[in-house]
Amino acid sequence: MSRPAGTCPNCGAPVQFRWSSSVQTVCTYCQSVLVRTDLDLRKVGTVADLPRDGSPIQIGTEGTYRHRSFTAIGRIIYEYDQGTWNEWHLVMRDGSNGWLSDAQAQYAVTFATPGRQMPAADAVRVNQHYEWDAVTYTVTTITDARYRGIEGELPFETWDRERARFADLRSQAANCATLDYSGADPVLYLGEMVDGDALQLKHLRTFAGWS
Amino acid sequence: MSADSPAAKALNCPKCGAPLTVRSFDHAVTIVCGSCGSILDAKDPALKILQEFEAKTRAVEPLIPLGTRGTMPDGPYEVIGLQQRTITVEGADYSWHEYLLFNPFKGFRYLTQYDGHWNDARPLRSLPAAVLGTRQRVSLDGVTYKHFQTAEARTTFVLGEFPWEVRVGEIALVSDYVAPPRLLSREATGNEATWSIGEYIPGRIVWEAFGLPGQPPRPVGVYANQPSPFRSLATTWRSFAVMAAVGLVLMIGMALSSLNAKVFERTYTFDARPQQAEREPSFVTDVFELKGHTSNVELTTRASVDNSWLVVNYALINQDTGQAYDFGREVSWYHGRDEDGDWSEGSSQDVAIIPSVPPGRYYLRVEPDTAPDRGAVRYNILVKRDVPRFLFYGVALLALAIPPAVATWRSLKFEHARWAEGGGAAPDIGSAA
Repeated sequence: MSRPAGTCPNCGAPVQFRWSSSVQTVCTYCQSVLVRTDLDLRKVGTVADLPRDGSPIQIGTEGTYRHRSFTAIGRIIYEYDQGTWNEWHLVMRDGSNGWLSDAQAQYAVTFATPGRQMPAADAVRVNQHYEWDAVTYTVTTITDARYRGIEGELPFETWDRERARFADLRSQAANCATLDYSGADPVLYLGEMVDGDALQLKHLRTFAGWS
Repeated sequence: MSADSPAAKALNCPKCGAPLTVRSFDHAVTIVCGSCGSILDAKDPALKILQEFEAKTRAVEPLIPLGTRGTMPDGPYEVIGLQQRTITVEGADYSWHEYLLFNPFKGFRYLTQYDGHWNDARPLRSLPAAVLGTRQRVSLDGVTYKHFQTAEARTTFVLGEFPWEVRVGEIALVSDYVAPPRLLSREATGNEATWSIGEYIPGRIVWEAFGLPGQPPRPVGVYANQPSPFRSLATTWRSFAVMAAVGLVLMIGMALSSLNAKVFERTYTFDARPQQAEREPSFVTDVFELKGHTSNVELTTRASVDNSWLVVNYALINQDTGQAYDFGREVSWYHGRDEDGDWSEGSSQDVAIIPSVPPGRYYLRVEPDTAPDRGAVRYNILVKRDVPRFLFYGVALLALAIPPAVATWRSLKFEHARWAEGGGAAPDIGSAA
């Protein structure tokens, strides 16, 4: 894994990337949001303190999904009217990336799956069926969320984003899909709901009184 | 990288000042004050009061105190919240309790309790499929679940903390589908629905898991997904079928190996009229041989009775040992016609079985009797050796059928009790694609 290094244009602290394709990161010293250009790192903003949350995962948490090990290198905290959830950005050992969604310790691992037909944001409705890669999915929820916080390396720029609309879909097996309407073009993520124990997570946070 | 280690937080209720403990770290969205019943916004540093409920329902005492930690099959969990939900059916309220369990690494699960019946429930990862052509069934992982009940559930009491917003009075449409010991629950608000899967567990398992004192409340009645104690019906009937088959084979084997041999037959005439009466009615037959091993003897008496009777006292006597088998038989046949039509009683033939007769040379002593006014009666005596008998097998088969039949009946009664509470219209869960 290449680790292109640089220094924070704001505070001069060293900035390392765990994933060569990361587009954006947050300086761990001064909380500057840094976007990678061909030449250097550019500061595009500053993040507020991360909201406290109960996810047992943290940057550096490692795990295994379908015999592929991964490391959590970044996250987005989304907030919606029923609370918050985390999308942990994973770098897989083979150099690809994925997402580990943690909604109150209900986990899902998904991967961006380009080149598929997708409904428009205003056409998607609960209980509709869509089929991708020979799996039929049903729309279970449509969530309007807000970017509540970011941390670490991300595969796209988020600093200019405020709101996001997601459609969540489930299959009759444990497959799940998310339609992400937060960017200019919708993005389809396909994956599955997984048991936390099956991910064999290491380097988790500690909770007083729990081991 | 955050290296913090969150700990349970102690707060005070902004309304009454009572101490509050936040046990689910930063998952808590709503906290309920146990003292004054205020529902508080856990995300607000000032713990804004969202709702106050005047709780005559405050009398709800959790069977598992909040903060109790127990061992579930996949690890330790702490009880952090209790929700009482109520449905109204035909004017009567039915309430159950949902204990919210938390583990920071494994998340949330529930223990539900109704009338002493417990379920261990967790959110479902996959979506149950509608079964084509009916709303009464859904399937999941190849198992078909039968719709049990759909009702509007009101939240009637809350205590502790929840990772979502709760309010007393909020309503969800809850549908239960059962395949004992499992139960699928669908909770719908608006057009969104969430599913959970529960498994029936005996109260004593809950008591052991949470180290609770005393005994769990006795379960009342039969619960929707309570496993039937007669689940092994199929097994019972299978073993019956096996025994019946073995019996059949034995029966066929015996039929094939029986000698079934005619050893004696003769026809006699008997006349009981007075002018014949000086004749001694008793006589003995020729000697015949009973071969083979100790087995039965079948003696058939056929007589030309017609609205009359013939009684014969027999003795089967071993010529060498003198051992005698005494028995009396009656042949009678009456028939006629009355206002109900033709009637008939008895027959002109009688069959007697003498079991376990050792081999040897035998003869019969025969003493016939009949009505003195009926003239001569012709009768035929036929003796057969080692005749296959099926009655024993019939009786054995019936006896063997008793346990599975009783179990089946009790099982039907159990299922009847289960479904007495269930039934009714099921919601449209969206068609299977």
